[in-house]
Amino acid sequence: MTELIIEISRWAIPLVLFFIPLYGYLRGVPVYETFVAGAEDGFKVAVKIIPFLVGMLVAIGVFRASGAMDLFARLLNPVLHLIGVPGEVLPLAIMRPLSGGGALGIAAELIANYGPDSFIGRLASVMQGSTDTTFYVLTVYFGSVGVRRYRYALALGLLADISSLIAAIVICRLMFG
Amino acid sequence: MVNLIWLLMLLAGIIVAGFTGHIEVVTEASLEAAQTAVNLAFELIGLMAMWLGLLKIAEEAGLVALLARLLRPFTRYLFPEIPRDHPAIGSIIMNLSANILGLGNAATPFGLKAMQELQTLNPRPEEATPAMCTFLGLNTGCLTLIPATIIGIRAAASSTDPTIIVGPTILATGFSMIMAVAGDRFLRRFYNGRRG
Repeated sequence: MTELIIEISRWAIPLVLFFIPLYGYLRGVPVYETFVAGAEDGFKVAVKIIPFLVGMLVAIGVFRASGAMDLFARLLNPVLHLIGVPGEVLPLAIMRPLSGGGALGIAAELIANYGPDSFIGRLASVMQGSTDTTFYVLTVYFGSVGVRRYRYALALGLLADISSLIAAIVICRLMFG
Repeated sequence: MVNLIWLLMLLAGIIVAGFTGHIEVVTEASLEAAQTAVNLAFELIGLMAMWLGLLKIAEEAGLVALLARLLRPFTRYLFPEIPRDHPAIGSIIMNLSANILGLGNAATPFGLKAMQELQTLNPRPEEATPAMCTFLGLNTGCLTLIPATIIGIRAAASSTDPTIIVGPTILATGFSMIMAVAGDRFLRRFYNGRRG
């Protein structure tokens, strides 16, 4: 099982790179020219999202570096303790929807400090793997097309995040607790 | 809501830094974050170009249309307002497939492409359409089969069983996907009702 999953993730991208151009060629598509035509869009989109990224990352950076995030985590700690969640994973839970790189850093730190096979190490792994960087996705996706009013998208994204966090905690307690 | 959260993060950060006596951290962190944002965007250029190039080949070869036809029952249910053969469907499917396979880097280019396609169906370009909200909800609450990055980190930390977290991750993301679909249905009705 373990071996199989590691092999699948190693092969996924090479197989996509192998299969799509080959299939295209067999169907008579001028593969190189088509690739270049598609790739052209990459630059425009990446440049267009810069202002949105700057805005979001600056707010997150200040919130985190100032110690405000840790303070927020400490305030929430007693509540979590009541339901049996180790407070150590709280910064990860708060960081996860804000910044993918930041959350990965915290998860790696937790795994290194407590060991990958400890309860905290496993819980941090599941939390990291099961939620997404909602604010980044929202900012970048909406920013790239100029949508400014998000309707209920943020509420829905956060609902999905909170659901998977709670599910991660419950499932880890049942399986590894 | 996003305006308020943005403002609160900024103000809370500055106030805490001020009270704890290291206000200079704010200057440092904000300038550094601004630079990081640009670096991130530049890294994204290469990735975007590569995946959008492959997507174009897959489109021209009819692969995307084939996939869209196979998954039509799901997309009709989730995105009733998108016309049957609209290119947005193909990009949405490619984005969700990348998410499910844990290919985070590939998901963003497909997602941005999907948003562009969805925007062509938007009567009020400043405001998100319900289909966009559904798409973003699915994106954040997406089923993940192979959390490849974290498996790598666990293996590097010499775990005795790096992939033991795969089962729990599938269960947790399966649950959040169900919640995202149900929440989308509810919020759609609630939001439309409130606006009359």
